[in-house]
Amino acid sequence: MERFIQVLVDGIATGSIYAAVALALVLIFRSTGIVNFAQGEMAMFSTFVAWGLYEAGLPIGLAVLTTLALSFVAGVVIERVLIRHFEGGEVLTLVIVTLGLFILLNGLAGWIWGFGNRGFPSLFSDETVELGGVTLSVESLGIVAVLLGVVGLLFLLFQRTKVGLAMRAAALNPDASALVGVRVGSMLMLGWGLAAALGALAGVLVAPRLFLDVNLMGAVLIYAFAAAALGGFDSAIGAVVGGWVIGVSENLAGTYVDFIGADLKILVPLAIIFVVLLVRPSGLFGTREVARV
Amino acid sequence: MSLVEVEGLRAAYGQVRVLEGIDFSIDKGRRVAMLGPNGAGKTTVLRALSGMVRTRGRVEFDGRSLLGKATADIARRGVAHVPEGRGTFPALSVEDNLRLGAYVRGDRGAVREDIRRCYGWFPRLEERRGLQAGSLSGGEQQMLAVARALMLRPRLLMLDEPSLGLAPIVTRELFRVLGEICDEQGMTVLLVEQNANLALDFADHAYILESGRIVLEGEADRIKGDDEVRRSYMGY
Repeated sequence: MERFIQVLVDGIATGSIYAAVALALVLIFRSTGIVNFAQGEMAMFSTFVAWGLYEAGLPIGLAVLTTLALSFVAGVVIERVLIRHFEGGEVLTLVIVTLGLFILLNGLAGWIWGFGNRGFPSLFSDETVELGGVTLSVESLGIVAVLLGVVGLLFLLFQRTKVGLAMRAAALNPDASALVGVRVGSMLMLGWGLAAALGALAGVLVAPRLFLDVNLMGAVLIYAFAAAALGGFDSAIGAVVGGWVIGVSENLAGTYVDFIGADLKILVPLAIIFVVLLVRPSGLFGTREVARV
Repeated sequence: MSLVEVEGLRAAYGQVRVLEGIDFSIDKGRRVAMLGPNGAGKTTVLRALSGMVRTRGRVEFDGRSLLGKATADIARRGVAHVPEGRGTFPALSVEDNLRLGAYVRGDRGAVREDIRRCYGWFPRLEERRGLQAGSLSGGEQQMLAVARALMLRPRLLMLDEPSLGLAPIVTRELFRVLGEICDEQGMTVLLVEQNANLALDFADHAYILESGRIVLEGEADRIKGDDEVRRSYMGY
């Protein structure tokens, strides 16, 4: 039983990292209708920046906070300088642009920091705590807590503030938003900034569990896509639940089903997604608007 | 003193010229109707004033040029535009739609007060305040669109075909309430309508647009009373 709960909590922790990246994908998808293939590489780049700041002598907490702020700014700049020119254009063009950004950032990171891998310090202590007779790692609990905190903040931003309402409006109907005085471009910049910061957070959370190299986010991005698709690409709650479902199922299957093991466990969440999307094509939480014409 | 001053207004969508140089002005507190057949360019006049189409000529609002300004900035100056198709947010609640209407205002207390006032004018909206705007009937959505525009506390209210797609009885009710609100607020209005009778009852002054040019203007009562004009330009 204890083992089961440990596997479960670890799965939720891993899933929380997928969820953070999935949330970033959803943020950009909702505001611009773009699936940002470069999300993972943006996060990887940010993680290298955090590593650089840490190596330069900053405490890890401060290095991460600084990185989040820098990533936000970078996200804003990427939207304004690169994406803005293609907005409202062909979806395929935008896919190619974000794929180009993917390759650019990957190459740039390799050029600056090399292609070798490095250890990355954890934000959390490597101790364990006893909770109700079960020994759990502080890191896993910390990751889940960070994700829940982020989700709470995003909820407050979008549901309780004027800027959040304007961001939702700009995503839904840019023309009508401009007519009430919302500067739609600024909202898109804000969305990209938030997504970049979220991705960076996922990067510094996952890096200590793997090694930091230019392909840090490769697998994570695939899981995050899966999480977003499972939850419904326009649903924030869906992204989180999707991330957890994938993290947990992957971990459980890898531990308890003999023939699956570490190599095949990636197939388990994909099988779940396949079934869910067959039954509900818009994902678990994807919205279908009511409309009367 | 005119609030809106337009001279030699030209507009085009790509190569297609829609407005061929039109002049008009709207005095403060007056209601002006823009009439004419489909494709005459009525909607484009509103879009030009809102900065939604490339425009040349002179467009002044309260003595300052609107030319080349972004749509959001024009709204911030107090121009509320209810576009064709209403421009509400179907996926947001009725109340969020109203809140968005007041997006550029900083006076939170007064915004709450204005939302209550809108509910006073349109009680149906209060009954449906928590529902998605998309679930409202056509008439209710048009009420919401008007209320959303009023939330800006506009100095100029521009309405594009508010009667479109509504049953005659709903349209009459909408215009009755609209008239009351505008009387009460001393609102300056620019109304685009295909339903000439309705528009002439509502407006003080009217312009008739044909193929991108103004072919006639005058007091609304006079145009309504002139059989010749009605036969030539309004087809009845």
